[in-house]
Amino acid sequence: MTAEEAVGRIRSGMTVGIGGWGSRRKPMALVRALLRSDVTDLTVVSFGGPDVGLLAAAGKIRRLVTAFATLDSIPLEPHFRAARERGEIELTELDEAMMMWGLTAAVHRLPFLPVRAGLGSDVMTVNPSLRTVTSPYEDGEELVAVPALRLDVALVHLNRADAQGNGQYLGPDPYFDDLFCEAAAEAYLSCERVVGTAEFADAGRPQTLLVKRHAVTGVIETPQGAHFTSCAPDYGRDEAFQSAYAKAAADPEAWREFTERFLSGDEERYRAAVAAFGKEGV
Amino acid sequence: MTGGVTRAEYCVVACAEAWRGDGEILAAPMGAVPRVGARLARLTFAPELLLTDGEAMIVGGDPEVVEGWLPYRAHLAMVTGGRRHVMMGASQLDRHGNQNITCVGDWKRPRRQLLGVRGAPVNTLNNPTSYWVPRHSRRVFVERVDMVCGVGYDRAAAVGPAARFHDLRCVVTDLAVLDFATPDHTLRVRSLHPGVTAEAVREATGFPLDIADHVPYTREPTPAELRLIREVIDPAGAREREVPS
Repeated sequence: MTAEEAVGRIRSGMTVGIGGWGSRRKPMALVRALLRSDVTDLTVVSFGGPDVGLLAAAGKIRRLVTAFATLDSIPLEPHFRAARERGEIELTELDEAMMMWGLTAAVHRLPFLPVRAGLGSDVMTVNPSLRTVTSPYEDGEELVAVPALRLDVALVHLNRADAQGNGQYLGPDPYFDDLFCEAAAEAYLSCERVVGTAEFADAGRPQTLLVKRHAVTGVIETPQGAHFTSCAPDYGRDEAFQSAYAKAAADPEAWREFTERFLSGDEERYRAAVAAFGKEGV
Repeated sequence: MTGGVTRAEYCVVACAEAWRGDGEILAAPMGAVPRVGARLARLTFAPELLLTDGEAMIVGGDPEVVEGWLPYRAHLAMVTGGRRHVMMGASQLDRHGNQNITCVGDWKRPRRQLLGVRGAPVNTLNNPTSYWVPRHSRRVFVERVDMVCGVGYDRAAAVGPAARFHDLRCVVTDLAVLDFATPDHTLRVRSLHPGVTAEAVREATGFPLDIADHVPYTREPTPAELRLIREVIDPAGAREREVPS
């Protein structure tokens, strides 16, 4: 299916999980499709990067569930920062481990999982709905009960997929994309290239087959679909473009120009504008 | 050869010392100087340490080769298993060791949004934690942090038995090495970097700080250590960009 068709399945007010990590293998083409849609009022669950930044800049996030937002080589995500400082998004700030176990709880259809993380920290203060649970065994330890992070929709990007929804990552880290897909009612998997199932074996060992088709609703072929985040080994992060993004984000006029140039057309126009930007050698 | 030791090089050695005696655990340095320090420790007095490439690979040997795989999900297991000693940054740090990297001002609507809580809560409740502060100032060392991300000793004490793995080891700054080896686990100066006075550290700290009269200086790097820092580990001088001479 197309990115537009995938995003067409998302309704305003839904809880959307976004795979990848920081500025690494984010489903940016699907995020750009979301920007072009009129979907809004979203609860976004993400290990935050420019996906969060772009959606925040477009005013599409009502509530964000995350442990951080970063561009990696640029420590602070500028649009996330601005949105927070203007008080525009509701934040559910969880520790990284709480995020992982919250998704895992949803995958296993459990109401919560116990973690030590969070105790004593202000994560407990800023999330007054968080509860603790006491071990029924002799240790009697009191732990945080991280609630399941159930998702209406998951969006992830992998290196390869077949048409049935089996997904293969070829980089060094799977991140948590399989958890996002399995924690969601519907998952949309974009990939650099759709291949025949028999071709998986040429690219990597069976353990690279991260996402299984039973957890995927639709497959979208989007070459450069993680741009400008990294998608190793197909390509690294576009640092020059990311710098331009961060610089533009700091100034409303520059951001209007950036939006006009890169985000006002479809994905094909985006790729053409990025190619032109690359030739400028800025 | 020690005459021209830079402040950044004292900081590297002080960071390396943080991992002395840790044994076969993962050293997880954040920041350029801690990264150089962790590699220095492994190349000298702490050869058993595990180190990553900053992404998903464990690199060992000399010259370095991939010896293991540690994607984020496995890294989080390493944290909770406790066989790891992390050195994190701190936008704010108080005298009990509470650390903040999330925001400055009211969390509900921050004056300045920073990174977010990241893994500071899971780190501090599960494995030994140290801090690296490249610019020791009153903006960092504050009476009260605006949000507790990394858990300090007062907060850990209130948690009870579930905080039994809480262990803050040291704080290395561009001025001094500090630790929590006081009866009430509050910050004190363990050593001053050569050329730094106790007054300068007090002046740069936003709360009363315990500094003994005859507090030692941070130890000198050996000639072998200096050669490793300058020629092998950090020939491009990343350390000097973090702590300018």
